[in-house]
Amino acid sequence: MSEGHSTYTPTTGLGRWFDARMPLPRLVYDSFIAYPVPRNLNYMWTFGGILSIMLVSQIVTGIVLAMHYASDTGIAFSSVEKIMRDVNSGWLLRYMHANGASFFFIAVYLHIMRGLYYGSYKAPRELLWILGCIIYLLMMATGFMGYVLPWGQMSFWGATVITGFFTAIPVVGNWIQELLLGGFAVDNPTLNRFFALHYLLPFMIAGVVVLHVWALHVTGQNNPTGIEVKSKTDTVAFTPYATIKDALGMIVFLIFFAYFIFYMPNYLGHPDNYIQADPLKTPAHIVPEWYFLPFYAILRAITFNIGPIDSKLGGVLAMFGAIAVLFVVPWLDTSKVRSAVYRPWYRLFFWIFLVDCIFLGWLGSRPAEGSYVIMAQIATLYYFAFFIVIMPVLGLIETPRRLPNSITEAVLEKNKAGGAVHPEGAAASPEIRG
Amino acid sequence: MKKILASLAAIGFVMAAGAAIAQDDEHSAAEPTHFPIHKPKQVEWSFAGPFGTYDKAQLQRGLKVYKEVCSACHSMDLVAFRTLEDLGYSEAQVKAFAAEYTIEDGPNDDGDMFERPGLPSDYFTPPFPNMQAAAASNGGAAPPDFSLIAKARGVERGFPTFIFDIFTQYAENGPDYIYSLLTGYDEEPPAGMEIAEGTHYNPYFIGGKSLAMAPPLSDDQVTYDDGAPQTVDQYARDVSAFLMWAAEPHLEDRKKTGFRVMVFLILFAGLMYATKRRVWANVPH
Amino acid sequence: MSETDIENPARRDFLYIATGMAGVVGAGAVAWPFIDQMRPDASTRALSSVEVDVAALEPGMSLTVKWRGKPVFVRNRTEQEIEAARAVKLEELKDPVARNANIASDAPANDIDRSAGEGKENWLVMVGVCTHLGCIPLGQQGDFGGWFCPCHGSHYDTAGRIRKGPAPENMTVPVFEFISDTKIRIG
Repeated sequence: MSEGHSTYTPTTGLGRWFDARMPLPRLVYDSFIAYPVPRNLNYMWTFGGILSIMLVSQIVTGIVLAMHYASDTGIAFSSVEKIMRDVNSGWLLRYMHANGASFFFIAVYLHIMRGLYYGSYKAPRELLWILGCIIYLLMMATGFMGYVLPWGQMSFWGATVITGFFTAIPVVGNWIQELLLGGFAVDNPTLNRFFALHYLLPFMIAGVVVLHVWALHVTGQNNPTGIEVKSKTDTVAFTPYATIKDALGMIVFLIFFAYFIFYMPNYLGHPDNYIQADPLKTPAHIVPEWYFLPFYAILRAITFNIGPIDSKLGGVLAMFGAIAVLFVVPWLDTSKVRSAVYRPWYRLFFWIFLVDCIFLGWLGSRPAEGSYVIMAQIATLYYFAFFIVIMPVLGLIETPRRLPNSITEAVLEKNKAGGAVHPEGAAASPEIRG
Repeated sequence: MKKILASLAAIGFVMAAGAAIAQDDEHSAAEPTHFPIHKPKQVEWSFAGPFGTYDKAQLQRGLKVYKEVCSACHSMDLVAFRTLEDLGYSEAQVKAFAAEYTIEDGPNDDGDMFERPGLPSDYFTPPFPNMQAAAASNGGAAPPDFSLIAKARGVERGFPTFIFDIFTQYAENGPDYIYSLLTGYDEEPPAGMEIAEGTHYNPYFIGGKSLAMAPPLSDDQVTYDDGAPQTVDQYARDVSAFLMWAAEPHLEDRKKTGFRVMVFLILFAGLMYATKRRVWANVPH
Repeated sequence: MSETDIENPARRDFLYIATGMAGVVGAGAVAWPFIDQMRPDASTRALSSVEVDVAALEPGMSLTVKWRGKPVFVRNRTEQEIEAARAVKLEELKDPVARNANIASDAPANDIDRSAGEGKENWLVMVGVCTHLGCIPLGQQGDFGGWFCPCHGSHYDTAGRIRKGPAPENMTVPVFEFISDTKIRIG
């Protein structure tokens, strides 16, 4: 994908024949073998690879589940239970898919937080960041619609509440909601279209992932120092160095994933979703899946009217705004320095922001009453202030620490300070030792 | 790492503070607003933990309690007789058990529905022909189906218990709840509490201070053949375990497979770690 | 992880091979549930035997029951049909094997081995699916008075043996038994 620098030389006759007609092996070689990556990437950079396998895992288990699932309100619930009880290994596949969604989001949140910490969104990676935000949006849509399919109580009422957001839009709101539902309430047409879209969207995600990787391979990876690659010694070849590190990251991630699948498969779900949907009975507390909880807390934090905007519309706007603000982060951050490693104040505010997000998530799971509302309002305020006030202002007033001249210098400096993990004698460039 | 720990500590602090503030809205004893009033009692289940297995004798007793008591009102639509072989019954015993039920089948060649004895491939028959009939016979509230009840009920554990649960693998909210409810009718309501006509005070009920179901179990109500005590406590334990099996029949299989997967993944991770060290050995990073 | 390991290529290769093998084993183990789920599920397998009451079948009558999603013909054959089937010599048959799941797999296709056996020669129980491409043959039709498949013109005789047309084999006799004089359990 990095045209112009290809070092691929086919050695076999078949290889040359292919290369002249469709240089797919060249593309793979240039993108995943010879592609240079900064040598100082830490394990936070393995989440890209982890997300890829989670996407593949979700698509594969999803296709298999679709072979047994029936998207009809009369039998959807029992068809899922048939998978759990009768289909060979069905319980495993369904638990993989349900927990896979959660772990997909765990990985994507860590990936996003890594981007925010190391300033991976800054020029020239704005488009890379925006493509990532689009993937995140598509993931949320997919996750939401997938949660409707088992046709439990939370499926039904979650769908009712979330499509209800659109009724907050003046004039056309109700029309849009009916358009989405295909009726006046969540019913068979809704379930059918959600199933169709839930099947489609992952492939759209896969498409945007290709663009995301393309954009990445044009600009190259950011790295913990935030300094651009300057010379060949700053990088190592993708294979074997990054591949093996990614593989280790994936396996460790899979250990956590497997722990939940096999020992806590319902921990991240809600008991009410094991009750078949009943359009005449709302559960005591409607809560979305955990990965939507921070946004749900923001939605409910707006309990007051803002000028002509009533609290309902205000809540919906705040919630969508919380996602929309991510798209403009590259232009909100005014700092010349990328990595939080060299920005002590930004680093502090970043960690507060991270805690704030987790706190919002916890508040989202609480009933919207009493002191919870006030806490949610404060947390929401910080969420927006972090992007809209702290990011632009801090960039102008903060004095960053001294930056190293290059990645190589930073690595050698760190190894010297951190003791003899790698003896100086072995510190030759990778090209020499192979 | 230090940062992460520090931030986790901060989360803990903020949440604890939040919870403390929330406690200020504490309800009065006579007019509670949050249910259940008591947290469920925690029972030691044979199927808990990473190596948990069902106690088959207990499941058989639980089935007996379900059949003789619960099934008068509660259906169990998703459970097929054939699956009762998991409880340790032979094929012939399952056949005989199924044959005790009458199944409506048809239409036959004359176009009529007919009744026949149940087969192992049939499912537990519901006590009422439909939801409306169930509701009408039970004062307007249809008794819930029992196929998934042990996974469909769970009392929130609250912060920070829900975090510890990840490490202790606590996943028995359902059976604990059922057991607590069944054994929770003894308590007297606090002074001043109004109990609606026709309902029964139970501080373990998740949906309010009292429920329509009268205490369903009494001592010596069901005869056990294996010498287990014929007490409400034992009945409640057994039927809760049985309902957990009904909701999660592949639990043993899941935990066994899980152990193999975990062992493999940890070994694989060890190998991969060594390989990674080797590959990166000459590259300071 | 010391310098000596790096200098020892055999040990290094062993590590790489072991890791690679573990990856292959893992991938294989993961693939299994995805294949396994395609097999008939527990509820389908539970329906794999059916009981049929044949008390009302007079000679010359047949009935069709659904077993594992396919029709099974149960026919109470007339004397003439049995005679006609017995008169056929084995060498005249296109498929000389009985195709009867209740007896040896290489048993010859004599009429007795196609029927329900000694004392029950009049009963013919077979999966009513043409062995050519799976259509359902029509009863008591065709050149041999047995079954005729309208899809591609296969003719079966009164013992359900292929006599003419593209079908390669006699229609299959499934596993079955008389659990009483008037009741057959198939499967």
